Amino acid sequence: MTSVSVDLPHRTGALGLRSLPPAVVLLGLTALLLTTAAISASVGAAGIPIGRLAAAVGLADADAATVRDRLVLLSVRLPRIAVAMGVGAMLAAAGTIMQGLFRNPLADPGLVGVSSGAGLAAASVIVLGDRLLAGRLPFEALPFAAFVGGLLTTTVLYRIATREGRTSIATLLLAGLALGALAGAMTGLLVFIADDRQLRDLTFWTLGSLAGATWPKFWSIAPFLGGLLASLPFIAAGLDRLVLGEAEAFHMGTSVERLKQIAVVLVAAATGAAVAVAGVIGFVGIVVPHLLRLAIGPGHRLLLPAAVILGAAMLLAADTVARTIATPAELPVGIVTAIIGAPFFLVLLLRQRALVGL
Amino acid sequence: MTIVQAKAVTVKAGAATLLDRVDFSVEVGERVAIVGPNGAGKSTLLRVLSGEITPHAGVVSLKGVGVGAYRPQTLALHRAVLSQSVNVAFPFTVDEIVRMGAGGARGSGLDGLVEAALMEVDLLHARARVITTMSGGEQHRAHIARVLVQLACGESEHGPGLLLLDEPTASLDLRHQIDFIALTARRAERGTAVVAVMHDLNLAAAFADRILVINRGRVAADGSVTAVVTPDMLSRVFDVRMSTGVAPSPLPAVLPQAMMARPAPVHDRGLPAA
Repeated sequence: MTSVSVDLPHRTGALGLRSLPPAVVLLGLTALLLTTAAISASVGAAGIPIGRLAAAVGLADADAATVRDRLVLLSVRLPRIAVAMGVGAMLAAAGTIMQGLFRNPLADPGLVGVSSGAGLAAASVIVLGDRLLAGRLPFEALPFAAFVGGLLTTTVLYRIATREGRTSIATLLLAGLALGALAGAMTGLLVFIADDRQLRDLTFWTLGSLAGATWPKFWSIAPFLGGLLASLPFIAAGLDRLVLGEAEAFHMGTSVERLKQIAVVLVAAATGAAVAVAGVIGFVGIVVPHLLRLAIGPGHRLLLPAAVILGAAMLLAADTVARTIATPAELPVGIVTAIIGAPFFLVLLLRQRALVGL
Repeated sequence: MTIVQAKAVTVKAGAATLLDRVDFSVEVGERVAIVGPNGAGKSTLLRVLSGEITPHAGVVSLKGVGVGAYRPQTLALHRAVLSQSVNVAFPFTVDEIVRMGAGGARGSGLDGLVEAALMEVDLLHARARVITTMSGGEQHRAHIARVLVQLACGESEHGPGLLLLDEPTASLDLRHQIDFIALTARRAERGTAVVAVMHDLNLAAAFADRILVINRGRVAADGSVTAVVTPDMLSRVFDVRMSTGVAPSPLPAVLPQAMMARPAPVHDRGLPAA
């Protein structure tokens, strides 16, 4: 028996929030999200003081100043806020589901190459699709292509890392490394043959940025986000049982194969759609669920919706920092999440070295 | 009434035959121990009975219906399974783990069930503890409580069910081993059919009405404790010379002091058989 129980620092409810009613947790997180959104809407190159936000969205009398405010808010800030929240929600949900599926808190679509696979598929569509269809490809095709790329990567990973219902996290991380490198190399090849305009489109996959956020981009991911949110209640109980192992989940009445298929599709869809509009943004999927597990416990019925809301708030906060910290220039948000997330991941890894077998 | 029945069940893994035309059935209220050497196919038989693996030949029926014909959700209401060891990957509390046994059910009736089960495994005081911080034996007791809740939920709807246990006492201390055997006796009195894979023959004798001996994938013996646990069976199946004694209950007891592995010195140091 090589299994080692996960040795997290479990003080029962580290932050003492574990006994809070679920409604209170979700309302609190929603308040946090709305506050972050209000701050994000008001700061930036053209500042809109919080006091003028209400006027700008038409809730109060408009004067001359609010016409400009309104333009900034509706065509620049709000689409970016919407995309940041959507992408953050999908990344956090994808991380939570993947960790449940692989029964390990270190699994994350960005880390194990799923995002790279999705990015490669999207890049192929940009470069090759452009050639074959002479630029007539609708933008909406990108999330779908990224979804297919993510689905292929996740399926291959699961096949490699899981044997007889047990997942080796070391195999998972190493296989993810190899798949990510392969996808990266092939994306590099595409960069090599891309023309200038395609090159501009491609550059941001590698860094991860929300700078190009527009309403059409938000609408292109909305169906994926909607489908994801609608599916969460149906997989929560199954993911809880899966934490005890595949055999145990089956003994308790879960159709394990179907649950796994649904989970893989959801991870791929969420990651793919996120990558299609924002490129590869790492660590949101690790940091958010881990903090929540410490605070409110690992039960997926509450963890999944909480991760959606906190993920949205966290990426929005990171993006707000990314676009304001070096004004008038802007950092790619992927850099901000990596600077915060990578050390976090290392600490997590150190605490669980026994589990990885290193 | 027969709760579970295996007819000519054969299971293969690659070229190896794990189970070879095994016939086995368990009646309402019966407690059966499955014993046998390592790799004999005991756990495989348990997995076939649970519906976890489909036999290559033969049939397993649960309450008269093919076990493969049940949906997992329905199957969970007719039989509960306790695995040998369960590795919980995330920090759930004991209470949360035990409630998982109830499927999606909630309410005050469930609270009572959960409390009763925790009491039976002596963990009521630890219900708020995070399971991954507990010892192996304590974790195992939490899983016993979870399985008891699942069994109770199913039996309240569908009558006596099947309880499958894979080495249930291996990680328990002496007192909790005895408690556990008493707990299975209470279930059997109410009609539950209990089947346990066991290694300790003395515990098996204390636990079971009937003992099924599996050796190399075949049924080597199937009958009452006194009929099955004999020096002859021990030598034939386990390849050891051991004697059985009776003390102080009328059940045969395998005395470890009197054991000797097989091609050992010739003289017999065993106690005289009862």
